[in-house]
Amino acid sequence: MAEREFWRWKEYNWHDENIDWKGCDTITAGVDVGSVSSQAVIMVDGKLYAFASTRTGSDSPQSAQKVMDWALENTGMNLDDIHYKVGTGYGRVNVPFADKAITEIACHARGGNFMYGNTVRTILDMGGQDCKAIHCDERGKVTNFLMNDKCAAGTGRGMEVFADLLAVPIEDIGELSFDVEKEPPPVSSTCVVFAKSEASGLLRKGWPKNKVIAAYCNAMAHRVVTLLERIGVEKDFAITGGIGKNIGVVKRIEDELGIEALKADGDTQTAGAVGAALFGKALLEKSRKS
Amino acid sequence: MKANYGYMDGSGEYYITIDTDHCIECAHHGCLDGCPKGMFEIITDDYDDEVAQIKEEFRKKIKYDCADCKPVKDRPPLPCQEACTPGAIEHSW
Amino acid sequence: MITAGIDMGAKNIRVLILKDGEVIARAEHTAGFETEESARAAFAKALEQAGVTEDRIDKIVATGAGRESAPLATESVTDVGAAARGAKEVLPQAHTIIDVGAEEGRAIKTDGNGKVMDFAVNEKCAAGAGSFTEAMSRALEVPLEEFGTLSLKSTTSTPMNAQCAVFAESEVVSLLHAKTPKKDIARAVHDAIADRIISMVRRVGIEPEVALIGAVSRNPGFVDSLKRGLERDVFIPDDAEYIGALGAALVAVDG
Repeated sequence: MAEREFWRWKEYNWHDENIDWKGCDTITAGVDVGSVSSQAVIMVDGKLYAFASTRTGSDSPQSAQKVMDWALENTGMNLDDIHYKVGTGYGRVNVPFADKAITEIACHARGGNFMYGNTVRTILDMGGQDCKAIHCDERGKVTNFLMNDKCAAGTGRGMEVFADLLAVPIEDIGELSFDVEKEPPPVSSTCVVFAKSEASGLLRKGWPKNKVIAAYCNAMAHRVVTLLERIGVEKDFAITGGIGKNIGVVKRIEDELGIEALKADGDTQTAGAVGAALFGKALLEKSRKS
Repeated sequence: MKANYGYMDGSGEYYITIDTDHCIECAHHGCLDGCPKGMFEIITDDYDDEVAQIKEEFRKKIKYDCADCKPVKDRPPLPCQEACTPGAIEHSW
Repeated sequence: MITAGIDMGAKNIRVLILKDGEVIARAEHTAGFETEESARAAFAKALEQAGVTEDRIDKIVATGAGRESAPLATESVTDVGAAARGAKEVLPQAHTIIDVGAEEGRAIKTDGNGKVMDFAVNEKCAAGAGSFTEAMSRALEVPLEEFGTLSLKSTTSTPMNAQCAVFAESEVVSLLHAKTPKKDIARAVHDAIADRIISMVRRVGIEPEVALIGAVSRNPGFVDSLKRGLERDVFIPDDAEYIGALGAALVAVDG
């Protein structure tokens, strides 16, 4: 199965050593179990403390446990030390230790509001198996959203199929897509199955690999821009999710929209989990008041 | 909140938009019986409001499930829209 | 009068030659990446079979997704038009025509004189056409020719969640890992595609007699699922995959 490894991306964890969580008032966690990757975030007194990102296994509860354990690694903190835990994402109802499940749409808006500041109005989340477009207000509350998890076009999965076809590591796709003499027209088929045969045809015609990559990044960008039109794009605009790390797609989306996406500190793939942890904080404070 | 349920694929764009601000004031919930396939349900959303949504199992195939209400010729008014008194439901196709 | 129809399908190119109303040749060639060359090859094969030279052909009409780039043809007719005209010739009693090819599926309602009343098309998405079954047979590692017959052995209907061919591939693999018998997965795949086609047929209306044409009509698993879903029999003409080319050749005769 070695030839299938081109899509593989890295798993990792991190925590802020400058924060002493022991004296903190609120410790909350958000766990985002996506169909492809899972993230766990721990926040103390509303500040980001630790996070982890892993591949989702076939068993959602196990994946949730694994990513949570990994976020806790070397922090000296135990699961019991966390006051409130919120599950989100595709597998949100399968987070065994969660106090509540909240949809990924609401969590992304809230997380985006935290990571990018409260001026963010449009969030595009490009996940492994879905694509979400969210419009939110200054409090991070969703005002309009759409989700597309039916079709692989415009998702990480679509990109993985291309990485495999072209035998290029998925992390290199963005950079390689700019290594062309002239920007090619987009691959014309939206459907990944048809786009794949179209790309094979282009390769046979003698197109260099990078040109085919550019044509696909272009097509993917065009596709999500069309999707965004339904909710309307208002500044400030941010892109989260795994594809948010693919500069080849991001740059082309920005060009087509004529809007530059906001840059955030930290990993944009954790936006959903951050939002979940923030919901956790609000719910914890509410429960303490009553 | 405008909630768009459905998808876009190579063949087109298929979304049912529910303006949940209208649902909040609605006690009638005509959508539940209005749709012949029973695609709607009432839930408490993440902001603690009682709103309508399209059931999960229909979201990836509304093009097919709505087909019976959308004949190519002489399309009658959509029963879900007729049943929704606050006028919260829109179809993109 | 000798006319020819060229059906420039996404996967196969088919040529049919008519002489005074009689079919004198039919030939096909994989479309491949050089479709013009493939069309010429199919045409040459048909000419040889008919025993005529190119200059004897009075008129050539093209149809199919790639009809605009068809060599030799002087005119073209839409897939829907060609299917309706061809079906009228072989099964005049069928007023509902279902045409499923490699990349497109369509449902057509005619008035019985070959005139199209309504039609619905599923295109540009592999979920609604033969490509879907093909991708699934590959994922299951069952040859496409056996995939349909395998489906007939199943008596259980297994629902599939994924609609997209790319996502369905993973679902099929997980079903396999969960020890679901291959025959049941095959049936799930055929039921799923048939359901999508049927919803389209309902949009145009189901007349008592239904004809099924196009290359996917050769797949017994699909035919079985389609009949079950429609709750009625469907008529499949001989050479069902050539009905489009026949229709185009007839349009050439009609002028």
